[in-house]
Amino acid sequence: MMDGSDRRFDDRTPGVEEHESTASYWSYTAGLVLAILATITAFVVSQSDLLWAPGVSVGLIVLAFAQIGVHLVFFLHVGSGPDSTNNILALAFGVLIVFLVIIGSCWIIANLNANMMPMSEH
Amino acid sequence: MSTTTIDDAVAAMPDARGHGGGGPAPIRTVVAYGFWIFILSDIVMFSGLFAAYAVLSGNTAGGPTGLDLFNLRRVYIETMCLLVSSYTCGLGALSAERRQLGRFLMFAACTFVLGAAFLFIEGTEFAGMVSRGAGPSRSAFLSAFFTLVGTHGVHVTSGLIWLMYLVAQVIAKGLSAPVLRRLLCFSLFWHALDIVWVGVLTLVYLMGAR
Repeated sequence: MMDGSDRRFDDRTPGVEEHESTASYWSYTAGLVLAILATITAFVVSQSDLLWAPGVSVGLIVLAFAQIGVHLVFFLHVGSGPDSTNNILALAFGVLIVFLVIIGSCWIIANLNANMMPMSEH
Repeated sequence: MSTTTIDDAVAAMPDARGHGGGGPAPIRTVVAYGFWIFILSDIVMFSGLFAAYAVLSGNTAGGPTGLDLFNLRRVYIETMCLLVSSYTCGLGALSAERRQLGRFLMFAACTFVLGAAFLFIEGTEFAGMVSRGAGPSRSAFLSAFFTLVGTHGVHVTSGLIWLMYLVAQVIAKGLSAPVLRRLLCFSLFWHALDIVWVGVLTLVYLMGAR
């Protein structure tokens, strides 16, 4: 990988693994196993008392992020090498917007709900 | 003063391709990068639907809640179908890269069948909810639910149509470079749908059925 000689710093093609011919089947299989583990853990956590009840949502969110990371690395082959800089930058911008939209909406609406006038009971 | 050609520039900076020198990146990289940008914008669109669901999920207007409606056993099978289809899709793309036509067709068929199974389970779930009076017009929660999960389902449906079209192209034209580029875009799309489903599963089903 970094053996010098005549290596060129090309842009990495999104979705393509670096050493296509050697370890790819294993990469997908490892990704599948990890993703299934994360999924099963998430189901178990949500349906049992394994975690302290108020912490279950946090646990599920952590598991979701872990699984998304597995998908990105093993299925989409988003790496950390210098070649994937462009792909990572685009991804980082996308993630920023996603967080702004979701967290911003929840924050604003929760604030509005908290400041609502009490509704009269009919 | 000599004229500088592109070839001279390539010779002068062999390391710099894709970083401003040495000419453009290969067409395959450009195509996949453009499609990567599309996928990210698609995910930004989904984030709006996720935000709407997160905000509205409590507003059931006295109607059924997620706890009443969601059948986690079915959702589990659905999730596994999509996850394994993502796996077979990756292996299919890999077989295509290696010009293994038979393997590619087998993995493409697996991907199609698993995706169709996912859609079938989702369709019966939607039909069951509507027949119980829990359609999208029942409450804000259900409107947001059908919009979010339905949009994902529409994406899966269009993915299946796209896959059929690509398999027809592979059979008709063989595994040529343009067809391989389209297959690469398709596999990016299909993996991205699985990532969106992880969000749907967590936010809608696992948090909703507690």
